[in-house]
Amino acid sequence: MVATPIVEVTSAANPQQSKVLKAEVVDLNFHYGSVQALKGINMPLYEKHVTALIGPSGCGKSTLLRCFNRMHDLYPGNRYEGRIKLHPDDTNLLDPKVDPIEVRMRISMVFQKPNPFPKSIYENVAYGLRVRGVSKRSVLDDKVEEALSGAALWGEVKDRLRDLAFNLSGGQQQRLCIARALATDPEILLFDEPTSALDPIATASIEELIGDLKNKITILIVTHNMQQAARVSDFTAYMYIGELVEFDATDTIFIKPKNKQTEDYITGRFG
Amino acid sequence: MTSTVAGIPAIATVPPIVSHRLARRHTRHIKERIIEFFLFLAAASSVFTTFAIVYILVSESWVFFQQVPLRDFLFDTQWTPLFSDAHYGIMVLLSGTLVSSSVALLVAIPLGTIIAIYLSEFAPFTVREVAKPFLELLGGVPTIIYGYFALLFVTPLLQKIFPELPGFNLLSAGMVMGIMIIPYVSSISEDAMRAVPMNLREGSYAMGATRFQTALRVVTPAALSGIAAAYILGISRAVGETMILAVAAGMQPNLTWNPMEPAATVTAYIVQVALGDLPHGSIGYQTIFAAGLALMLITLFFNILGHLLRKYYRQAY
Repeated sequence: MVATPIVEVTSAANPQQSKVLKAEVVDLNFHYGSVQALKGINMPLYEKHVTALIGPSGCGKSTLLRCFNRMHDLYPGNRYEGRIKLHPDDTNLLDPKVDPIEVRMRISMVFQKPNPFPKSIYENVAYGLRVRGVSKRSVLDDKVEEALSGAALWGEVKDRLRDLAFNLSGGQQQRLCIARALATDPEILLFDEPTSALDPIATASIEELIGDLKNKITILIVTHNMQQAARVSDFTAYMYIGELVEFDATDTIFIKPKNKQTEDYITGRFG
Repeated sequence: MTSTVAGIPAIATVPPIVSHRLARRHTRHIKERIIEFFLFLAAASSVFTTFAIVYILVSESWVFFQQVPLRDFLFDTQWTPLFSDAHYGIMVLLSGTLVSSSVALLVAIPLGTIIAIYLSEFAPFTVREVAKPFLELLGGVPTIIYGYFALLFVTPLLQKIFPELPGFNLLSAGMVMGIMIIPYVSSISEDAMRAVPMNLREGSYAMGATRFQTALRVVTPAALSGIAAAYILGISRAVGETMILAVAAGMQPNLTWNPMEPAATVTAYIVQVALGDLPHGSIGYQTIFAAGLALMLITLFFNILGHLLRKYYRQAY
């Protein structure tokens, strides 16, 4: 199971070197109403690396991911405690005084199910810029092309940018959503199980894309697929019932985890 | 079965019940057929009624058009069927319908849409739960009450702003009709918006959009087919509305595009004639069928338009 990833992880030029902190989760507790979903999470996020969150269903990995762009603010009764510090300016993303819209302007997200807007391909990618007030045609054109190229979709759609995004295939829709997230030059890109609704070929292309993107951007990915975590990530956090059990370089987690529970999960003994 | 070997008593056998069960199944079958037949009858009655109405309208209009050429009906600029010098220009009545409906839609579409956006995207749960029944109550008020509300309350109010406004006018009737239509527009639009999946909204918020941007740029376009259907229903209601106009807009046929004037609409004219003492079969009486046919063709046109819009905007999200 871990045979192929070893090669890939080592090819990632030993992540422990040249690691710069991009963000830091400090003593994070999160409550859905009266239910505590995250308990005392402490975790670093390194710049231009891929960090994977793994763990069984209900362990809180998506909940943790959605703290980073304050998605929980959309629903009443949710409560954060603790901090997520974003470097280099040390902004606490969870500070109630920090506008969630400001946070989302810096941190983009790609969802589990492709969710293109009921607009043309072009307008989908331009959306983030438009809500930021960019309306100059030349700027939009350049950014749209750049983002679509970045998401490895430009070649497939450049002749039909005016088509409705719904006409694309599932894999293309997800790459469109990645392009949409890239168009605003985010500092961190969040992926919430981005391939769980896709077929294996589309999954492979998304994974390849994540590999390319990490040279430019910090990535945090939730996945329930351990092979995927092994293939795409440099660091892995294993979570269980709201707690962070172990965080380490991905090869360490997959080859010699320190925690027995992590090992059991990795080797498929439970989960 | 009675004979036994070595004195072993015969096993008591139950008589076969197959035929009995079959019989029951048979009666059940007949019962179901009867129920089915009544259900079919219920469904067919509405279809039959529609065809009957169309048949009456077309056949009676046929009698009318034997005497009045279609060209006069469509292009004459006077509607005086009861005068000795009779003219039958439906344009006169259509202008009243068009002006009053336009005023109504100018009120109902913006307000209804804004209310729908507010209720679906902004209002807290409790506000929505309280506001919706009240709004729907607005659609349940008998239209005759709206008519007198327009005549006795809104018109005097408007006359304070426009002193030259006559007591019967299309403006006040149209505005009140617009208020009546608001719940039709807002309720269906809101349902369409609420049906937009949450992951589309989340996608928009995740891009840094505000609530307002999300509502306007993502939710509204996603709900467009439902919103278009709501507008079309509103138009049909406005075109077909009778009582408010009969009471508050006056009954004189008047070819005008000015909402500040009194004018009869197609529906108001039909009421007037149907309640009058014109002899059945006279050409004056026949006019109401021609006018009714025109009205039905208009609403049919909008219903088909609505159907096409729905199909065109249907999106698989």
